Amino acid sequence: MNYVLRHPGDIAWRTLEHVELVAIALVIACAIALPLGVLVARKRRIGDAILAALNIVYTIPSLAIFALLIPLFGIGTFTAIVALVAYSQMILVRNVAVGLRGVPFALTDAARGLGMSAWQSLWRVELPQALPVILGGVRLATITLIALATLASWINAGGLGTLILYGLQHDDPIRALAGSVIAALLAIAANTGFHVLERRTAIERGGH
Amino acid sequence: MTATQRNDTLGASVGIRDVAVRYPGTTHDAVAGVSLDVPAGALVVLLGPSGCGKSTLLRTINRLVVPQRGSVEVDGRDVAEGAPEALRRGIGYVIQAVGLFPHLSVAQNIAVVPELLGWETAAIVARVDELLGLVRLDPERYRERFPRELSGGEQQRVGVARALAARPRVLLMDEPFGAVDAIVRQALQDETLRIHQALGTTILFVTHDVDEALRIADRIVVMKDGRIEQDDTPLHVLAKPATPYVAALLDAHDTVRRLQLLHARDAMLPGGADSPGPGASSVAPDESLRSVLAHLLDGAERVAVIEDGCTLGSISFAEIRRAIAASAA
Repeated sequence: MNYVLRHPGDIAWRTLEHVELVAIALVIACAIALPLGVLVARKRRIGDAILAALNIVYTIPSLAIFALLIPLFGIGTFTAIVALVAYSQMILVRNVAVGLRGVPFALTDAARGLGMSAWQSLWRVELPQALPVILGGVRLATITLIALATLASWINAGGLGTLILYGLQHDDPIRALAGSVIAALLAIAANTGFHVLERRTAIERGGH
Repeated sequence: MTATQRNDTLGASVGIRDVAVRYPGTTHDAVAGVSLDVPAGALVVLLGPSGCGKSTLLRTINRLVVPQRGSVEVDGRDVAEGAPEALRRGIGYVIQAVGLFPHLSVAQNIAVVPELLGWETAAIVARVDELLGLVRLDPERYRERFPRELSGGEQQRVGVARALAARPRVLLMDEPFGAVDAIVRQALQDETLRIHQALGTTILFVTHDVDEALRIADRIVVMKDGRIEQDDTPLHVLAKPATPYVAALLDAHDTVRRLQLLHARDAMLPGGADSPGPGASSVAPDESLRSVLAHLLDGAERVAVIEDGCTLGSISFAEIRRAIAASAA
């Protein structure tokens, strides 16, 4: 326990770095996934192509995706964020599309019949209705990113992975364990938080 | 209800000229050249089994379906002109599945069209309460509720209020009461008739329920395979089916047989004050409504019910409608 007791500031700093990495990646990922998901839901043929492409990205081993990006963007935080964003697209886009496709016809029919434009129907009816499923995607993506971000230290992007990597390389199991445990706790907290939000929106929409 | 509601709305006419619709990937027309003139303020029922094209025809009026041939006019203006959204905001639309937005409160649901039209908040708030009153839901109790907290009948009342929010001159109702039980359905039919009388809105009402059509329609348009089989008053559709198909439709609903079993005595409006003079049509109290119908068909407005030279009461088509409805419940 020596390391933990002697360097609480270091641990806090790496945790903060980790959260920051995940948060930035998540915001960018959502901003990209939302329009892509709408496209996938609306245009079946383009949509299938997009999903197929994202699926390929998703099947690349996580460590390899960081390695593959180094020739393009070098090492550092930027590359790490690109990798995290790319990796989470599959989950996010698929959930946005599934959520939108699951909106009952009666609701879109009513929206159009009342005189909403396609855009108004999307913002006022379809996205709010798909929200529980979309939040489910954000939850899964967040957990995945928290785990994945531990690899970011491997390309010098900081985060809890730094503790793990150092611990493994310098025979300091406590340090490695501290990084792992905190990452796991972050994932559990994110999962619980989003789950509560998801449930609440689902109940509001007449679900269970 | 407030006194201002009477001049809220005056219906617009709807003219359908030789409209044909074919859905992609099908080999026959869903609507095969239909023409129909609906005068302002009428309540016309499109009647027929599922797949007969009645809903499709209805949806051409608010341009949810665009016909391959023919034209549709509302208030003399071709619906194909201008933006479809603007057209639809001026036409009320009620569907069987109700389609209330689950994440919005009752008040927010009703406010959708006024908000799209950019009404001021105060006007919207007042209108929501007025409409809840119109569909007989206490604003205090229902305003802030969510659709999931309402019964099927209450949901459809809100659906009707939402459709009427921006004072449309035409109201399209697509099997609006198909999903509620018989008792609630009758109450909703009564409300529809009351609202139609109070507002004067032109209503086009789609149903497969013969009793419902007979009960509420000024005029019934019977459809089959995308064509009109008969376009007539409820009395004529009931008493003089134009085609074997219309006769079979009435038969399937047992309507005529029920009239055979009901007696003049049970359906009549008691009292002889406004009964017709000598020489006018009359029946004995034990005669069936079927024979009363025959008299009405001969042109009588009312048929007196007479026993031993004494007038017990009289029957018009309104009483027959009521009897049909009562026997169906």
